[in-house]
Amino acid sequence: MPLSPISSIPVARRIIKNRYRLIGSLCENCKSMFMPPRIICPNCRRKGRMKEYEFSGEGEIYSFTILNTAPEGFEYQKPYVVGIIKLREGVLFTSQIIGKVESIRIGKRVRAVFRKMSVSEDGFINYGLKFEVIDEGSS
Amino acid sequence: MRKIAIIGVGQTKFGEEWTKSLRDLAIEAGIKAIEDAKIEGKEIEALYIGNMSGIFTSQEHLAALAADMAGLNPIPSIRCEAACASGSVAFRNAYLSILSGQHDIVMAAGAEKMTDIVDAGALNALMSAGDQEWEGFVGLTFAGLYALIARRHMHEFGTTQEQLALVSVNNHKNALKNEYAQFRQEITVEDVLSSPIISDPLHLLDCSPITDGAAAIILASEEAIKRLKIENPIWVLGVGQASAPLALHDRKSLTRFDSTIIAARKAYSQAKISAKDIEYAEVHDCFSINEILAIEDLGFCEKGEGGKFVEKNGINEVVKVNSTGGLKAIGHPVGATGIRQLCDLTRILREKGKYGLAQNVGGSGSTCVVTILGSKDSIKG
Repeated sequence: MPLSPISSIPVARRIIKNRYRLIGSLCENCKSMFMPPRIICPNCRRKGRMKEYEFSGEGEIYSFTILNTAPEGFEYQKPYVVGIIKLREGVLFTSQIIGKVESIRIGKRVRAVFRKMSVSEDGFINYGLKFEVIDEGSS
Repeated sequence: MRKIAIIGVGQTKFGEEWTKSLRDLAIEAGIKAIEDAKIEGKEIEALYIGNMSGIFTSQEHLAALAADMAGLNPIPSIRCEAACASGSVAFRNAYLSILSGQHDIVMAAGAEKMTDIVDAGALNALMSAGDQEWEGFVGLTFAGLYALIARRHMHEFGTTQEQLALVSVNNHKNALKNEYAQFRQEITVEDVLSSPIISDPLHLLDCSPITDGAAAIILASEEAIKRLKIENPIWVLGVGQASAPLALHDRKSLTRFDSTIIAARKAYSQAKISAKDIEYAEVHDCFSINEILAIEDLGFCEKGEGGKFVEKNGINEVVKVNSTGGLKAIGHPVGATGIRQLCDLTRILREKGKYGLAQNVGGSGSTCVVTILGSKDSIKG
């Protein structure tokens, strides 16, 4: 039995669109953007008008850590990097960062790529977006 | 507003207590608090107990279990959960139940049994205090969340790895005299920096341990204190609680906890004192970076100066931070920690000083409770 419901099929199914395509929300009332999506705009509450918003998938590293201790489903990836990405739209978002560890630093440009995220003990695979470091000069 | 004080405190030894169960720990702390208050169990009108997670033990409904095992039935018993702030949330609700006029004598307790489960299970239980759908999903751990904060603090303010290490060094030194502490040995900056890296930049010795333990407090109204002729009550002068986004990425800043800032503002305002009046502060050093954040957010120094503050051995003219050893050296049985901090402050203020403050954080700063206690010298007139 998996230790954590994050590797459960119903959870993954429910938010697959948001996780695969970086779909968050935009409040048409105050123009605030949110990733992950929210049901209620915390600024406008019931006056807010939330609609889906697809983020560009580009941004820069705001903070990062290299994990040597991993939860269930991630052991085989150790060590791996998780960061907070400042998306081009100005919103912070938590994701794994891939690329040469030496090249990872605050301010470095990154872009979203589709990857395998974790494999649970019973073989269930979660997919999602990771952010890869953009080589200076290549794009 | 009713005046309310702590009249009894008790706690178990903190550590890997293989021979004691969750119920054993809770009962031991409760009995010690009742004996310390020199009252009878029948005087207690309600029980509030902080307990973070049934994932550790598969035992939920701890409130009913604790009241039953303590022989306190049929009084109302309420479990409070706010991750690592569960204990102080239980305390605040116990306090409010007296403030409301409903009760006069109430027990506030906290208990956690974390070593009945394998490490991966404990890691998973702790991560349940974060946003599992988005932070847990990408493989973050709690050390990982605080490492993201630490990296950003180092980037914005030049805080160093050595300053982080000093938090643990200071707290281990302070715990030498604490008979309840899990670790009573000194460590050096080199020990911290050469310990395994858990989640860069945090090393093993930047992290508070997995701990079993429980703590309990008896709270009473001024009327009950007079009736029972209680000597040397420690007064609750202010209690503030605030919430902030569950996930780090939904905050405006990673290097301050708005929950701490707002909870502290409420507590200072109710107590009619300020940060400079605090002599003893028990703050939530679940990871070394969090003591630095706490020192800044509570107003003991300017934002960004926490690292330098720690270099002065945690003593800045007036306030002594984590003088009993902090979560790092005393241990961190999550649901018990908020109550343990208040037990320590009570024991200190019975002997010396006027004002003490406890700051207890849930998750990565999503909940914070700040409590200000005052000795008999703090009551003017």
